[in-house]
Amino acid sequence: MNGKTIYLDNAATTKMSKTAIDAMTPYFDKVYGNPSSLHSAGQEAAEALADSRERIARCIGAEPREITFTSGGSEADNQAIVSAARIGEKKGKKHIISTAIEHHAVLHTLNKLEKEGFEITLLPVGERGIVTPEQVKNAIREDTCLVTVMFANNEIGTIQPIAAIGAVCREAGVPFHTDAVQAAGHLRINVAEQNIDLLSISAHKFHGPKGIGVLYARKGFRLTNIIEGGAQERGKRAGTENVPAIAGMAAALEEACSRMDENAKKLSAMRDRLIAELSKIPHSVLNGDAENRLPGNVNFCFEGIEGESLLLLLDDKRVCASSGSACTSGSLDPSHVLLAIGRPHEIAHGSLRLSLSEENTDEEIEYTIGAVRDVVGYLRNMSPVWRDLVAGKKEFITK
Amino acid sequence: MALYSEKVMDHFRNPRNVGVIEDADGVGEVGNAKCGDIMKIYLKIEDDIIKDVKFETFGCGSAIASSSMATELIKGKPVSEALTLTNKAVAEALDGLPAHKLHCSVLAEEAIKKALQDYYERHGIEYDHSLFPDCEGCGHCCEI
Repeated sequence: MNGKTIYLDNAATTKMSKTAIDAMTPYFDKVYGNPSSLHSAGQEAAEALADSRERIARCIGAEPREITFTSGGSEADNQAIVSAARIGEKKGKKHIISTAIEHHAVLHTLNKLEKEGFEITLLPVGERGIVTPEQVKNAIREDTCLVTVMFANNEIGTIQPIAAIGAVCREAGVPFHTDAVQAAGHLRINVAEQNIDLLSISAHKFHGPKGIGVLYARKGFRLTNIIEGGAQERGKRAGTENVPAIAGMAAALEEACSRMDENAKKLSAMRDRLIAELSKIPHSVLNGDAENRLPGNVNFCFEGIEGESLLLLLDDKRVCASSGSACTSGSLDPSHVLLAIGRPHEIAHGSLRLSLSEENTDEEIEYTIGAVRDVVGYLRNMSPVWRDLVAGKKEFITK
Repeated sequence: MALYSEKVMDHFRNPRNVGVIEDADGVGEVGNAKCGDIMKIYLKIEDDIIKDVKFETFGCGSAIASSSMATELIKGKPVSEALTLTNKAVAEALDGLPAHKLHCSVLAEEAIKKALQDYYERHGIEYDHSLFPDCEGCGHCCEI
């Protein structure tokens, strides 16, 4: 191996593709007009905007008018949920169903609504990290105004049965939102076939630029503004459109969707190799269902060590990874997702997420397996917790 | 990584005095695995001097670095001097810690105090109990 960085944190963000960069550059200094301007420079930008909207819509089986550009996944999640809540409360419906493993963009928006008097049901996900359509069905009430369930989890990669959950919601007449930030460009999305009313996308998770995303809202669904101002985005999202980023996002999404099967095949082979080898580390446990998971997601807990020191030492070995430990989250608690699948605090602190991209190589994967094994062993050697576990003074939580 | 000073990273990457003293004169363990950090300090004391000190730590980079630095600061020192070690001194010797990591230096101070208290207890030495409060209100997650 040479001194190259091995980037295994693609669930955090991805490297932009050449295709996306090339698609953006003309809109910095050649077609730089404001799409709202009447003159030809503006209208040229407006055409580019319309073209991007159409292409993005096609990738998810939507109509162009159902696409609203936002600053990213978080804004899309906020707007989707708040919009459904505003529609609901007008009809006296103030109950929202979600899951315990949603992204904070969803959970914190729900917290805010709870303070306003909404009732929130967070469905448990079990050890596999998956919610069932039956759970959703049983939780729906007369006053339910929204079901929001993420397409795929950002930490443990589990894929939810979205189409079936959508069908349950459709039958009950409840709007269904899905945070598809980790899924877009990686898993097939068709909002019509999957019964999705609202969906959030973020471009930088599929080799597009940061700071741009999409809120898909089914025709006829009335969005509430989060940002007030001009009449951009049919009056639903003020602010001059980020034309270069939107063009980059369209190109990146098209490319990701066209190579989806081939990428998934490559990624899942590397993922399964990592899972098989890291499982051989004693007292380690895979987090999230082994089958229904994103092709590029690996997440383990290693007993007796703490995640931040694991990440720092892996970084010294040029491996960029992520962890759900409290130290890396900046809070006292480890990841809410790991706690939700039943991992005790003690081992949730020792978690490691590796998220792959199609640019990773088998050679990098083999190197990473060795690096993780070495670092886990090294940290265990200086851990008083590990010493007690080995000495039988404490009981192992993992096998 | 800019999160930590060079000093912290040095002590994290090359921790001093890692290990166990089998026939230690005093051992102190603080923290909680549930909270994500535990420090254990082993002391070998002869003629009131800390002849040797070792540590084991389960925790983040700053926890490991704080343990390492704290052992360096008391090694070869009289017990009375080790007793005056403060978390502030540990953090300063590391060229500072991020605000949300300051509790790591508190744990290091507490671990050393606890090991010294254990030394007094084991050897039947009279000591001032007020020097060893149960918890210094470190703002850590004791209440979980």
